[in-house]
Amino acid sequence: MTDSAAVEIERLSFGYDSGRPVLHDISLAMPRGKVIGIMGQSGCGKTTLLRIIGGARQPDSGTARVLGTLVNGLDGDALYALRRRMGMLFQFGALFTDMSVYDNVAFPLREHTDLPDELIRDLVLMKLEAVGLRGASRLTPAELSGGMARRVALARAIALDPQLILYDEPFTALDPISFAIIARLIRRLNDALGATSVIVSHDVKECLDIVDYMVFMTAGRIVAEGAPEAMRGSSEPFVSQFVHGQSDGPIPFHYPAPAYGDDLAVGAAHG
Amino acid sequence: MAEGGRTGGVAPLLERLGGAVTARIWRLGFASRFFGYMLLHSGTALRRFQLTIREIYFAGVQSLIIILVSGLFVGMVLGLQGYDTLQRYGSSEALGILVALSLVRELGPVVAGLLFASRAGSAITAEIGLMKATEQIAAMEMMAVDPIARVVAPRFWAGVISMPLLAAMFSAMGIFGGYLVGVKLIGVDEGAFWSQMQASVDVREDILNGVIKSIVFGVAVTWIAVFEGYDAQPTAEGVSSATTRTVVTSSLAILALDFVLTALMFTGGNAR
Repeated sequence: MTDSAAVEIERLSFGYDSGRPVLHDISLAMPRGKVIGIMGQSGCGKTTLLRIIGGARQPDSGTARVLGTLVNGLDGDALYALRRRMGMLFQFGALFTDMSVYDNVAFPLREHTDLPDELIRDLVLMKLEAVGLRGASRLTPAELSGGMARRVALARAIALDPQLILYDEPFTALDPISFAIIARLIRRLNDALGATSVIVSHDVKECLDIVDYMVFMTAGRIVAEGAPEAMRGSSEPFVSQFVHGQSDGPIPFHYPAPAYGDDLAVGAAHG
Repeated sequence: MAEGGRTGGVAPLLERLGGAVTARIWRLGFASRFFGYMLLHSGTALRRFQLTIREIYFAGVQSLIIILVSGLFVGMVLGLQGYDTLQRYGSSEALGILVALSLVRELGPVVAGLLFASRAGSAITAEIGLMKATEQIAAMEMMAVDPIARVVAPRFWAGVISMPLLAAMFSAMGIFGGYLVGVKLIGVDEGAFWSQMQASVDVREDILNGVIKSIVFGVAVTWIAVFEGYDAQPTAEGVSSATTRTVVTSSLAILALDFVLTALMFTGGNAR
């Protein structure tokens, strides 16, 4: 084990049911203080990997060590103690719809600290200022745009100054301006907090601009990893197809099917 | 050949039947474990009682209108029907007893329970189900906050506290409805109406038993509502069918429990 790694995964395999493995023999080390991107098309197992890092799922085999704690077999108080050192941004923010923006950001502070209201107020306003939404503290989640909701959720995720921040598809369904704001915030907040960030996404071009290290996954395996510059120039067919957005390549355009001619001939025979 | 085909048809049918029964037993076991876990993690709901009070407002206070209006109409109907029957035997002054006993023993807890299941139970299921579908429950877990302690238990205790109060208000309103129709409209003697009621309604045998019933119904309805919400498939269709299941299951539970409780409470008393 290296002290510099925030997340260390060794020979990890996982399946939701025994017949269909989702992750095969994954080994990966995520150094502290870095922003790491995990890329891959939908269904490749990247969100499952994020869930295992967050302790929501247990690996079938192999180990996952997060912030120095082994997550295998971890539950109850020990898991919650580990999660207090993490923050997570969900795909659509997952803000509590029955609370205002202010109360959403104050939620982790109220649940986990005995700080007086005045201090909580100052902390909440500082976090909202960091995402540019101090003026929106009285609004409800229903009054926010998608990008604003994502920023409030980000302020809530960093409320307890986490050492590890997990991002599950943070750019989904955002306009280009909100997209750029969230990307810049992820980088800036990571550096300001001295945290480690893990971004699971398929928005490869934008991610390459902000990450320190990139991991490409397909069908539950890591196919390539390295610095963004190396990935941009990679000759690995999958990386090349993904980075340049080609419709056909190692990931085929067509879903597996019998030969086209044979299939049409069956129809003709019935006719 | 045909025989073989028939056997082939019966086996999968039995298999499906067995599968459905086993699945239901599993679900009942899961619901029981959920109930136990919820009781064990009720500390937050009771220590930070403002969380429960907030839910009492949503489940209890917001159900008041439907409970009070229904209670009034049920009492008025009891007044009309009761008078019609009693006057045939020349005992129309016993109307007060009939109205009060029907409401306090049976109609108060049962009808208020059914209304509570459709008004508050369905809302609790839909709210928790939607929180799950929009990942709010998962977000809470990732923030190291137990959603059963923070979201489910306060709603459960709010339901258990609200239900007997709503049933009592339903009965009180019903008695007032019976009074309006019997005394003010039909002209039954007011003194006889109240004094006979006062003499015949026993605090322990009638009122306390009614309160016990309403507490049991409150536990049943709210348990079903929170469990269905927490167990809902996180999709629009999943939340909608969970809400329907809450209303159907808790209505049946109320009626079945009412029979069991009535058998235990009142038959024994009459036998003596």
